[in-house]
Amino acid sequence: MTSLLPDERQADDLPDDANSPLLPAPAGQLTRRAFLAESGTTGIAGILASAPMAASVASAAQANADAAPPSSSMALALRVNGKPHAQQVDPRTTLLDLLREQMALPGTKKGCDHGQCGACTVLANGRRINSCLALALSHDGAEITTIEGLARGSELHPMQAAFIKHDGFQCGYCTSGQICSAVGMLREAEQGAPSHVTADVRRTGPMAPLSDAEIRERMSGNICRCGAYPGIVAAVREVSLAMPRAASSRRSRA
Amino acid sequence: MKPFAFTRATDADTAVQAATQPGARFLAGGTNIVDLMKEGVEAPDRLVDINRLPLAAIEAQPGGGLRLGALARNSDTANHPVLRTRYPLVAQAILAGASGQLRNAATNGGNLRQRTRCPYFYDVTQPCNKRAPGTGCSALQGFNRNHAVLGTSAKCIASYPGDMAQALHALDAVVQLQGPSGRRTIPIAQFHRLPGETPELDANLAPGELITAIDLPAESARFAQRSHYLKVRDRASYAFALVSVAAALDMEGSRIRQARICLGGVAHMPWRAREAEALLQGAEPGLPLFRQAADAALAGATGFEHNRFKIELAKRSIVRALETTTRSTA
Repeated sequence: MTSLLPDERQADDLPDDANSPLLPAPAGQLTRRAFLAESGTTGIAGILASAPMAASVASAAQANADAAPPSSSMALALRVNGKPHAQQVDPRTTLLDLLREQMALPGTKKGCDHGQCGACTVLANGRRINSCLALALSHDGAEITTIEGLARGSELHPMQAAFIKHDGFQCGYCTSGQICSAVGMLREAEQGAPSHVTADVRRTGPMAPLSDAEIRERMSGNICRCGAYPGIVAAVREVSLAMPRAASSRRSRA
Repeated sequence: MKPFAFTRATDADTAVQAATQPGARFLAGGTNIVDLMKEGVEAPDRLVDINRLPLAAIEAQPGGGLRLGALARNSDTANHPVLRTRYPLVAQAILAGASGQLRNAATNGGNLRQRTRCPYFYDVTQPCNKRAPGTGCSALQGFNRNHAVLGTSAKCIASYPGDMAQALHALDAVVQLQGPSGRRTIPIAQFHRLPGETPELDANLAPGELITAIDLPAESARFAQRSHYLKVRDRASYAFALVSVAAALDMEGSRIRQARICLGGVAHMPWRAREAEALLQGAEPGLPLFRQAADAALAGATGFEHNRFKIELAKRSIVRALETTTRSTA
């Protein structure tokens, strides 16, 4: 266990802090991740379920959720992280809420919910998008990759490993969006896509390695309030330099 | 968000038919309308999802022009080799806007239809003639730093937020439409509107009318060697323009055969500076001429409490854009 920073030590002084990320969860207690997954599955019932006596409330709500959907809901079928998923959804459901609330995939974060912060970035058919501005129904048939789908088993995606190596985060809230965005961004660069800081958009064909200015511009749709940008740029740069240059020589992982 | 019915259109005819119903709206990339629906600014009864329509192609035309499908994504458009080499101004303008994620979702047709980011338009608790006609304009006496200085009316001083359209106006693009009474073609100059007495209308479209394509004329490729999109904003990236300038020159020896200037961030629509263009035509490029053209472009401008700076900023931006344009070569 790494040594605690002052503010973390303070947090550690709080009684019964079962959710401390630095401590293993005591047996039988709810972990933060399990809590989020549970509350994601059953909405408010999941929150109630964290109270000791709420189990019956939760199961009642679950039964309710299994009941016939409202008449306005429509069938949706897509693949998420390689697995098929089909259900009825309210047309108002965004892809972000589908992932978090109905599929118990809380890795994708809701930040601003208006396409301004990038925390909700996922890959749709390999392309990065803001899942908060995407209605789930308009992505029927799509292949969605979230942060949960980037690693192969216990082997982290190179971008995940690079973010850890280069300290590309502090609080971590923007990190899944940053990583998904970076993976999508490097795929765009592989395909020769120019950016706002590209000197001459008329020059098509193979691209030079991405400069830091290019990385910053291409990642500008992801805001980090902790200001971990130097680490983020370093992580993206490292993965970018490790990639083969030609667009056809590498099968995209996403 | 108010409940709505969702229809997936499979062909343009049924899409237009469905969208002609009162309260119906098209859904393409969704990057603007979904946001507006979350805020309650838009509250459609029905969304007609047009993403499955076969309108995503970008095709070179027999006469030498380029047809941009209305449903081609902004990112694919900006990365199209023909667009990049023959109409680089359009690629530059697209890439100056939004973020990689948004450009991957946003479509060319939807980009033309995006609505103003005036904070009073977005705030449903405030009077706004554009959102709720007849309630008044909160921006006139309010915080109007981002607002228009050209072509405003007593009803509305909102500014057009996009980037791509400035390039399309500068290059005389043509918009292909399909509506309940058939197909028609209009010059992009006639597509967007000034606020006048009806600021609720952003574009000259009939109910249910669908943008099917945007055509770039073959002649406009003459500007490919000397064009520049300059965007001035509060951040280096991912912010709306305070002022933007799409500038393009076609040279004949040492003289300007034709000049195109279109301003963003200063009016309710992309603002072609035709007086400035006329001054530049036939002249030899140079700083005094560029300054004269910039003065002409902003001659009719009127600032409000917080946005008077835009007038001088726009003039300097025009000069800068023209200088950059004369430096760029093949």
